[in-house]
Amino acid sequence: MADSVADKVIAIIAEQAMLEPDEVSLESTLESLSVDSLGLVETVFAIEETFNVQVPFNANDPESKAFDVSSVESIVNAVEALIADAK
Amino acid sequence: MGRRVVITGMGAVSSLGMSARATMDGMAAGRSGISALEFQDVERLQIRIGGQIKSYDETAHFSRQELTFYDRFTQFAVLAAREAVAQSGAALAGAQSGVVLGTSGGGLQTQDENFRKVYEEGKNRVHPFVVPRLMNNAAASHLSMLHGVTGPSYTVSTACASSNHAMGQAFHMIRSGMADCMLTGGAESMLCFGGIKAWEGLRVMSKTGCRPFSANRDGMVQGEGAAVFVFEALDVAQARGAEILAEVAGFAMTSDASDIVMPNQDGAMRAMLGALNDAGLTPEDIGYINAHGTGTLGNDKTESAAIREVFGAHAKAMPVSSTKSMHGHLIGGTGAVELLACIMALREGIIAPTINHDQPDPACGLNVVPNVAQKAKPRATLSNAFAFGGLNAVLALKSAL
Repeated sequence: MADSVADKVIAIIAEQAMLEPDEVSLESTLESLSVDSLGLVETVFAIEETFNVQVPFNANDPESKAFDVSSVESIVNAVEALIADAK
Repeated sequence: MGRRVVITGMGAVSSLGMSARATMDGMAAGRSGISALEFQDVERLQIRIGGQIKSYDETAHFSRQELTFYDRFTQFAVLAAREAVAQSGAALAGAQSGVVLGTSGGGLQTQDENFRKVYEEGKNRVHPFVVPRLMNNAAASHLSMLHGVTGPSYTVSTACASSNHAMGQAFHMIRSGMADCMLTGGAESMLCFGGIKAWEGLRVMSKTGCRPFSANRDGMVQGEGAAVFVFEALDVAQARGAEILAEVAGFAMTSDASDIVMPNQDGAMRAMLGALNDAGLTPEDIGYINAHGTGTLGNDKTESAAIREVFGAHAKAMPVSSTKSMHGHLIGGTGAVELLACIMALREGIIAPTINHDQPDPACGLNVVPNVAQKAKPRATLSNAFAFGGLNAVLALKSAL
């Protein structure tokens, strides 16, 4: 059984935050993990490459609900929705 | 202080028109030059709009032999320079003249086309002149050859500030006595699959339009084209009775030394203050600023704060506009095309608008000349350029004598 979407997203974010995956929880925010705007852009790229999806994220509109980046959990949910849409 | 420097010729090609006059008319009318991009593989892009020069037939302007050596950015530079030189009538041939042009991508289209041939199409051979066509100094070199300029010529590449840095260098060279006359400005043509593919990854591009200083802005839109000016020593221009379009009064450059992409208010402020100081002007002397105004969340907020801080109460009414809303962001050529808005303001009293201004953003809070040109009589203007990499270059112009 491959890693879950949540595990993979956490691994991607942990790498950006330079932390171990077990130091990143679903409740974490990118801010609390010190992932800045460039780290977020790299995170989005890694998600697109990992899951073969197109993430609707524009750095000029980070509050947008099109891809909710308010917490790790919201990102996992958004990625799961993109995967479902792609099927 | 050195010699005074004036502008005696201008030429341009942009999505607003194929001359300086047509480009300024487009700006004055608040016309949009942004349209659906047309090139190979555009359907594989997320970003599909830009200030692309349409219905342009390169074979109508250049021979087959010339086109062998002219990437699209060189073609634009040659056309703009031809117009500027014809207007100026300056005696360019000789070692007292030079060329300094800005570009960021150089012959990117030539690279893109030939990478496609060898990587995607599997060809083992490319045209023998790929290198002289793609090199960043190709446009500057062709201008020197076409106009017999044998003094100092080179290219400056500082991303979005390239042409402001270039024009600042040209200004310094005349002021210091190194040259009498300079062809200067910038050219860019990155509207191809590889060019936009790289940019869209940054997630700062808009899919819908360029709306600088508007609360609903969502990113930058690229453009293409060139503008070239003849900068000339005042004494030389006067001696031959040339018409003077404007005086180049001051220039300053600063570095943020902070972030590779995020703008910095202090760096922007120091550049504007430096240009004022160099020109011997006070903030109250400035009657118009052509803003960098990219339409990104970060630039417009930071640039506005910097302007409010430098200009204080004067910033409340002083017109500040971003013509990128109309012609797009020409990256290494943008400062050159935007200098036309300053010249138009000084000579014609027309302040180019910021179009697509849907809702004011309290975080900006300036007179951004929303949607419709304004009339004013500025005696002096600033033109801002703040590049990725934190490199800032600001030019101050004054009306002709």
